[in-house]
Amino acid sequence: MQKPFAITLDVGSSLANQTGSWRTERPVYVDLLPPCNQACPAGENIQQWLFHAEEGSYEAAWRQIVQDNPFPAIMGRVCYHPCQNACNRAEVDEAVGINAVERFLGDEAIRQGWSFEPPAQLTGKRVLVIGAGPSGLSAAYHLRRMGHDVIIRESGPLVGGMMRFGIPSYRLPRDILDAEVRRITDLGVQIELNSTVTDLEAALAEGFDAIFTAVGAHIGKRAYIPAGESAKILDAVSYLRDVETEEDKPMLGRRVVVYGGGNTAIDAARTAKRLGAEEAIIVYRRTRDKMPAHDFEVEEALEEGILLKWLSTIKHVDDGKMVVEKMALDETGFPQPTGEFEELEADSLVLALGQEADLTFLEDVEGIEINDGVVTVDRSMMTGRKGVFAGGDMVPAERTVTVAVGHGKKAARHIDAYLRGTAYQPAAKHPVATFDKLTTWYYADAPHQQRPHLEGARRASTFDEVVSGLDERTAKFEARRCMSCGNCFACDNCFGVCPDNAVKKTGIGKGYEIDYDYCKGCGVCVQECPCGSIEMVPET
Amino acid sequence: MSSSSASPSSAESLDITSTSALTIHGPSTVADAGYHMGVVPEVVHDTPAATPVKFYQVGSFAVGNRLLPVSERSVQSDPKRFNSLTSGHRACQGCGEALGARYALDAAMRAADGKLVAVNATGCLEVFSTPYPETSWRVAWLHSLFGNAPAVASGVAAAYKALGRDDIRVVAQGGDGGTVDIGFGCLSGMFERNDDVLYICYDNEAYMNTGVQRSGATPPAARTATTQAVGDDPGNVFGQGKDLPRIAMAHEIPYVATATVADLHDLEAKVTRAMSMRGARYIHVMVPCPLGWGTASCDTIKIARLATQSGLWPVFEGEYGEVVASTPIRRQVPVEDYLKGQKRFAHLFNPVRRDEVIDRLQAQADRNIRRYGLLPEATSPTLPPIAEEANA
Repeated sequence: MQKPFAITLDVGSSLANQTGSWRTERPVYVDLLPPCNQACPAGENIQQWLFHAEEGSYEAAWRQIVQDNPFPAIMGRVCYHPCQNACNRAEVDEAVGINAVERFLGDEAIRQGWSFEPPAQLTGKRVLVIGAGPSGLSAAYHLRRMGHDVIIRESGPLVGGMMRFGIPSYRLPRDILDAEVRRITDLGVQIELNSTVTDLEAALAEGFDAIFTAVGAHIGKRAYIPAGESAKILDAVSYLRDVETEEDKPMLGRRVVVYGGGNTAIDAARTAKRLGAEEAIIVYRRTRDKMPAHDFEVEEALEEGILLKWLSTIKHVDDGKMVVEKMALDETGFPQPTGEFEELEADSLVLALGQEADLTFLEDVEGIEINDGVVTVDRSMMTGRKGVFAGGDMVPAERTVTVAVGHGKKAARHIDAYLRGTAYQPAAKHPVATFDKLTTWYYADAPHQQRPHLEGARRASTFDEVVSGLDERTAKFEARRCMSCGNCFACDNCFGVCPDNAVKKTGIGKGYEIDYDYCKGCGVCVQECPCGSIEMVPET
Repeated sequence: MSSSSASPSSAESLDITSTSALTIHGPSTVADAGYHMGVVPEVVHDTPAATPVKFYQVGSFAVGNRLLPVSERSVQSDPKRFNSLTSGHRACQGCGEALGARYALDAAMRAADGKLVAVNATGCLEVFSTPYPETSWRVAWLHSLFGNAPAVASGVAAAYKALGRDDIRVVAQGGDGGTVDIGFGCLSGMFERNDDVLYICYDNEAYMNTGVQRSGATPPAARTATTQAVGDDPGNVFGQGKDLPRIAMAHEIPYVATATVADLHDLEAKVTRAMSMRGARYIHVMVPCPLGWGTASCDTIKIARLATQSGLWPVFEGEYGEVVASTPIRRQVPVEDYLKGQKRFAHLFNPVRRDEVIDRLQAQADRNIRRYGLLPEATSPTLPPIAEEANA
């Protein structure tokens, strides 16, 4: 080739100069565990279903939820959403309203009539589930989807367990509960109501390959309170249950006192108010900040005109009145009597002092160990009796619907492995996507969308649902507040910010690849990744 | 170029020294738009070039957004973008200038439909992209001297005007040394003549190519090879240096804008707007230099962002000598946050903290905030309209 004067080389592209050789560290894409997913007691892949919801793919989002939890509409109402407490967005403005979006998806599924996919193939194995509460239903659902035959025996006249007998309908309307349970029975799970299992060994002898017990904790704890003969004292669990099952709703009189500081105490007081009590007073021996009840429930109760009496214990109950002693917190935060007494007019007293499980049917079963009123289980949720598993409120754990649902899923996986003669090994957890890994500059400021509430005064006399749902517009907006912590959401930032064009887009949904021939290892892509899903690792 | 076989006709029309060539074609529409034409020109736009992306929460400020219609996505998010500056260039790790040049020229290439000539001043950008015989440029690219890029660009524009080719657009680019110091005379002339050239300055605030010497764009107190951090007033002096965007505005040219590599959408929008106009236009882009500023290579964009959020680097647009829009500060930070990450300012904090210098720099930032209205009254958050679907 003839070249101009003084020119000896051919002109070429700088692509011949592979600058990747400069590198001492290389960026690699990682998937981290989002804090919401980590916090979810039911193990939902929250970030993934929010991703679908952001795009308006509501059915895909719903199907993602029900991989782990068959009750999105229920969860969206009653779950205490530990996910939102863990949400990184809280450090930017406010946590993503995950619970509200879940409810929207759950309600949308009911509106659209989406149903579960039937099991691909049946195994012929038979599993007995004792108790049709959240844990039992969840286990039954998962076991059925794995192809097993499942029968639930429920001692009560209706399904739902504490979702029906513990949670008032103004928080969980019964048509929602029924709709989500119906989907499970449509899948082929059989439920026998009014069927109390009293003999576990006999049940096993019927030919079940495994048993999952989830009978809950339905006995109200009692406290000894001296009382006159005509004093009306009852426990909150029975009260709420009677409200649900009896034709004639229990009447407690004009003034009702509820003793206790948990969510059940709040539920009982709010229910009493709705059933006509002019005044409902919660008496608690410590202060409001020490109450085990969730703050939002206390707030809602106050809005409805429920009265709260702190630092008080009930000493004596008579017809129409009771004696209350004032307490004072000592330096350890424990309430001590002060010797000051006062009288409180009240027609009845509801005790909401916690619940216990009725485990008499397990007492004589060989191998089963009961400690402090709950059944000991191993890491696979199996009791000391081979093939008998347990979950929900009857095992040592936090007593919430979501925890129970999580137990059901976990037990189902272990039962399935047990039935197949293997052991279930959960996948190793990824490291958590903590806030410091994010570059939140890239997320637009977006106010949290509130769910509309019925006004306190208007709702206090009816069982209408207190909290309404988001509409599609606000639900989608809320879903899009998700920052996708720790997992690529295809924002193109790495592709855009590389000074060396060393990041390649590999196609929609396929993410990105680093071209290590040219990547100089500057780390800009890592620094500017909004969600922290790229890390630098040393070259070896 | 040497081996190209130019056709006789094109060789003939390239004879731009012939005065007849200019008169034959006469003034074209290229020259008319934006020229003074005997009347006082008025600003054309009353809104910023970059309109905020509709309210998509995930990655609204990121390069791309899968929820946006393709037409609204950034040039840089396009997998088939031009990559005007391709891989294999010899810029340092984390080079802000390499990034800024690709951002700007890719946007210009899209605006010009690929018919673009880029004239380059001497400087890092020229040196790292074209060590003979390699070139990283995928645009028609021309380099002559350190100080004459504006004049060369004026010539190229005149040549195309002579040819009657108003479809081919001319961009000139250089670093701050080539722009505010060495090429300043040529640039001012180009502005004065209102030549149809978009000049882009990639400002890394010193002569980096030759070893970090002070330029007219080096900020006060910054340490460079020629303004060492020694003596009573270490680093660069206060009260000198040139604010070229304002000087450009004083020429009353059609368009002047500042930008940084930290806001891609803003930079692309400004290049696109500039390309939609004719006459002399000027964009001044902050491009941090890890080597010269003493920053980690990964922090290039972050440090530019801090510059804007502190108010030290005002991001604004002007037309015909008037400021028409500025980019508000989203998350204000004290100048200290910007200074602390850079070794060129390390002497303000070690061995003793020099509050009087930091305060003086903060006062500069505060003045910028006042002057360009960078902190408008906060509006109460309301529910923005959710954007229409991508395919709606």
